[in-house]
Amino acid sequence: MAKYKYNVLVCGGTGCQSSQSALILENLKKEVAACNLENDVQVILAGCFGFCEKGPIVKIMPDNTFYVGVKPEDAKELVAEHIIKGRKVQRLLYVDPETQKHIDDSKHMDFYKKQMRIALRNCGFLDPENIDETISRGGYEALGKVLTTMTPNECIEVIKKSGLRGRGGAGFPTGTKWEFASKSVNDQKYVVCNADEGDPGAFMDRSILEGDPHSIVEAMAICGYCIGANHGLIYIRAEYPLAIHRLQIAIKQAREYGLLGDDILGTGFNFDIELRYGAGAFVCGEETALIHSMEGNRGEPTFKPPFPAVSGYLQKPTNVNNVETFANIPIIITKGADWYSSIGTEKSKGTKVFALAGKINNVGLIEVPMGTTLREVVYEIGGGVKNGKKFKAVQTGGPSGGCLTEKDLDTPIDYESLAAAGSIMGSGGMIVMDEDDCMVNIAKFYMGFIVDESCGKCTPCRIGNKRMYEILDKITKGQGTMEDLENLKYLAEVIKDTALCGLGQTSPNPVLSTLTNFWDEYVEHVVDKKCRAGACKDLMSYQINPDKCKGCTSCARHCPVNAITGTVKQPHTINQSLCIKCGTCKSVCKFNAIEIK
Amino acid sequence: MDTVKLVIDNKQIEVPKGTSILNAARANGIYIPSLCYLNLNHLHIENKPGSCRVCVVEVEKRRNLAPACATECLEGMVVKTNSLRVLNARRTVVELLLSDHPADCLLCPKSGKCELQDLAAEMGIRHITFKGEQSSYRKDESPSIIRDVDKCVMCRRCETMCNQVQTVGALSAVNRGFGAVVAPAFEQDLIKSPCTYCGQCVAVCPTGALTEVDNTTKLIRDLADPTKTVIVQTAPAVRVALGEEFGMPAGTIVTGKLATALRQIGFKYVFDTDFAADLTIMEEGTELLQRLGKYLNGDKTVKLPIMTSCCPAWVNFFEHNFPDLRDIPSTARSPQQMFGPIAKNYFAKKIGVDRKDLIVVSIMPCLAKKYECGRDEFKVNGDPDVNYSLSTRELAHLIKQFNIDFKKLPDSDFDAPLGESTGAAVIFGATGGVIEAACRTAYELFTGKKLEKIDFNELRGLENVRQATLDFNGTPIKIGIAHGLGNARKLLEMVREGKCDFQAIEIMACPGGCIGGGGQPLHHGNSEIIKARFNATYEEDKNKPIRKSHENPYIIQLYKEFLGEPCGELSHHLLHTTYFDKSQLDITIE
Repeated sequence: MAKYKYNVLVCGGTGCQSSQSALILENLKKEVAACNLENDVQVILAGCFGFCEKGPIVKIMPDNTFYVGVKPEDAKELVAEHIIKGRKVQRLLYVDPETQKHIDDSKHMDFYKKQMRIALRNCGFLDPENIDETISRGGYEALGKVLTTMTPNECIEVIKKSGLRGRGGAGFPTGTKWEFASKSVNDQKYVVCNADEGDPGAFMDRSILEGDPHSIVEAMAICGYCIGANHGLIYIRAEYPLAIHRLQIAIKQAREYGLLGDDILGTGFNFDIELRYGAGAFVCGEETALIHSMEGNRGEPTFKPPFPAVSGYLQKPTNVNNVETFANIPIIITKGADWYSSIGTEKSKGTKVFALAGKINNVGLIEVPMGTTLREVVYEIGGGVKNGKKFKAVQTGGPSGGCLTEKDLDTPIDYESLAAAGSIMGSGGMIVMDEDDCMVNIAKFYMGFIVDESCGKCTPCRIGNKRMYEILDKITKGQGTMEDLENLKYLAEVIKDTALCGLGQTSPNPVLSTLTNFWDEYVEHVVDKKCRAGACKDLMSYQINPDKCKGCTSCARHCPVNAITGTVKQPHTINQSLCIKCGTCKSVCKFNAIEIK
Repeated sequence: MDTVKLVIDNKQIEVPKGTSILNAARANGIYIPSLCYLNLNHLHIENKPGSCRVCVVEVEKRRNLAPACATECLEGMVVKTNSLRVLNARRTVVELLLSDHPADCLLCPKSGKCELQDLAAEMGIRHITFKGEQSSYRKDESPSIIRDVDKCVMCRRCETMCNQVQTVGALSAVNRGFGAVVAPAFEQDLIKSPCTYCGQCVAVCPTGALTEVDNTTKLIRDLADPTKTVIVQTAPAVRVALGEEFGMPAGTIVTGKLATALRQIGFKYVFDTDFAADLTIMEEGTELLQRLGKYLNGDKTVKLPIMTSCCPAWVNFFEHNFPDLRDIPSTARSPQQMFGPIAKNYFAKKIGVDRKDLIVVSIMPCLAKKYECGRDEFKVNGDPDVNYSLSTRELAHLIKQFNIDFKKLPDSDFDAPLGESTGAAVIFGATGGVIEAACRTAYELFTGKKLEKIDFNELRGLENVRQATLDFNGTPIKIGIAHGLGNARKLLEMVREGKCDFQAIEIMACPGGCIGGGGQPLHHGNSEIIKARFNATYEEDKNKPIRKSHENPYIIQLYKEFLGEPCGELSHHLLHTTYFDKSQLDITIE
């Protein structure tokens, strides 16, 4: 990077890409070329910067200027002003919502202040398609250190001592997992990277793979050395084309540099990696299902034991770790177990990446030290609930997790505390909900997801979850009874107790946590036939307040089913039997006369 | 042997290391209900997906309930099989299964023998708490097997039989979640799959999802038609299994009662497929000797090993999977299909009945026979040599319908001339039996000497793949035997790679041979039953006065009066067949 005066990094995360960041990149390159600055200015597509809410983001180094909400047509001004004249483009800088001041350096933004980037350390700082940039930021240093100065057992000890736990969600100690695989005696072993990220709205692993693919390649090689495997496989969903593309480049470059392949760094250690594409089944994130899918079999879990460390891919000892887990490995090796274990809480060390989404001001990808409270995440990093609405719940752990409420906001984020509060760490989905979200409907959404994604192997998950969904559907349609609520809870407990794999055993969690935390809302749906959030269409109606209606006819003209009638300048009325509850009338009414009842 | 000590329901027990909780409990008199689990230990077949969750138990210090079938006993484990938590969970699981199951037990072919019905009765389930949508699929009727997928409980037993045991790959789980079901690829009908109709899926299906095509109604109509002469042939393996349907111990030989029952049902002539089995030996044995003779005389183009061809599922298997090797099996038709043309061309004339008025019915331990008798090459101007086939189970139903008190029936003999048989024909029913029968005849024809030791014990047993070298008066004859199509595949692959030095191979599609056939009384996972039928088969052989096919006087008469000589021109026309390449499946995806 040093050979250029300026490095312009354009966010290549999927969010920014869908907001035309590729065109921004192209325009910036054109401008740089037009000004004959190619030798001084490098424009690259970097990994995700995390602050998706303010995307597309362009960062200019070395002065670390963070431009937000950039449009393709801004390229000319950015080059002319920032690069040529050295003046920052004020209008594209982030404005602090409190002080209304322009902030040019991301580290002064509330969104980044409380974050600590370990797994995401390189995302947004380098060109992921250029191995030299990774190496210049310390990439492959850990692999060199391990291969030349450490025995496999010493390395496993470091990982154990660091306290790193599986970031896929279950939190199993990584070093112990490696130790199991290393102790399995076999002529062939495998290292598998689980990149089958499937939680709705989660994109932690994708961002790491897109922004820093070499960290995964390096970590897998280290793992291979530790457990005695020379073959690595990355199981990645085919819906992640950019991540696949970048991994392919990273693997190719690593081979060219002698960092993969035979006799790595002249140490006699051989290791190579191939990609396997998943077809997007959520259950294939479960390690036994993932292994079956890689083998060309139906992606469904099998009973453990035997654990993959004993009999995994092709019945050989296999170590499966998630992307984020691997991303932590190289830095633990270079900075040491003591450094890593100094971060976080007693039982949960290091940091955790979350995809912060929902009704929150700063939607994006964040990484916080374990022990950070939910309140800090929601209100400080996340900037609070959108549009000044009232906070209702935060959902962690995706379809396997639970909904936590106001009373849980001071819960520190670590595996044990989240579980104690009734949710789970999960792989890193975090969705904030406000007063407009109906918790019964949310539970139904997650159960619908599970019904779609269950592999159908075991009875409780195949039929039980379907029955749970049907009961929830009944409740949201105002047909539920108090007995249904009892049955729902009972069935949820049985499914939790009897399902075969992690997916099934955790699938009732969204229902159980909402039943616990939002019992009143369930009862309202059942007894009063009312949805306070106005989300359950069958339980609400749009009505025109005659005191407010001016008879402007706008609603009648926009209604797609002609359900609204009335004469000009007279209050209108909605024919409830025709109304499809689309909400168009409410959105077009200038007098707030349309009310939800 | 390493053992572990554990406590199940307050009972201290010690079991060999590696034993599952389910097997440990059952061995110690503690009953744990199960559904998907299946263990045919004598045949080395186990289905243990741990998917139905009916056998869940409480293991101390474990967060969730554990499936007893798939959880290994560990030292110091404390297990409760009947705590309230377990009982509630287990009952709910069965209720869930019932909530997605048609409650049409009255019309279900499996009623009374359905393992799900048994579970529901055992748990006293009278009400389904969690009602909801029910799966609905198109019913698939193949020539042999009916798939009523609405009744599938996803136990995966059929899949284990079809894929692991038989390596046929016609059935596997498709779709996800509530829509997950076992079906051929792309949810096509079985007829468009590589299904061999071996019926092993039907033999293990706990519910009415997989059943045989029922021909009893058709038969009763034909019996009632005065213009028709209805005759029956009954296969060797039927007589050692039929008694089970009437509460007799497995392995009871009911040959005499069987003949009486068939006569009471109204068959004009009650014959024996065993007669045709003796005929098969004459043809197949002669073919073996012809090929062997050429080989020993230095003709290296001759196709060896010769393979038996009496099993129609096996024929389907190699037509689908090894069409390149289809000139290796013997061209001799199966006993069922040898009986047909003899009945319609020889016997019909003898009794002065027109071919089209003679209805030939077979009673078979097999479902592939239903398909086999419908094959075009076994028809003359559209008239099948064998009109249709009933399974042992269908015959049992029929006997019950006719109000016959089977256990009390007197014995009687089969009718002449197509009812006389030898011990060699009887053992066709067990794995290794056909080749042993062939060797009894081939030995004498080859050496010209009398066979002193009739029992070739080296060819018997239930091991998956067996081999033996017989001494034909100084000429070593190497024999291979496989039962179960997965084992057959191993042998065929060796043949394909030229690594096989056998002169003759016997293959039976069903584990155990025809005694374990897809049309036999259901064993419900008890492989002791198959072992008992196996032993009874050899017992029946031992008691026969004549034990070599070529000594059957009626066979000798048949060649003299009608056929001429084995593998002669008429034999070739009536008793031999050709095989087809079926490797291309006719699949249309909508």
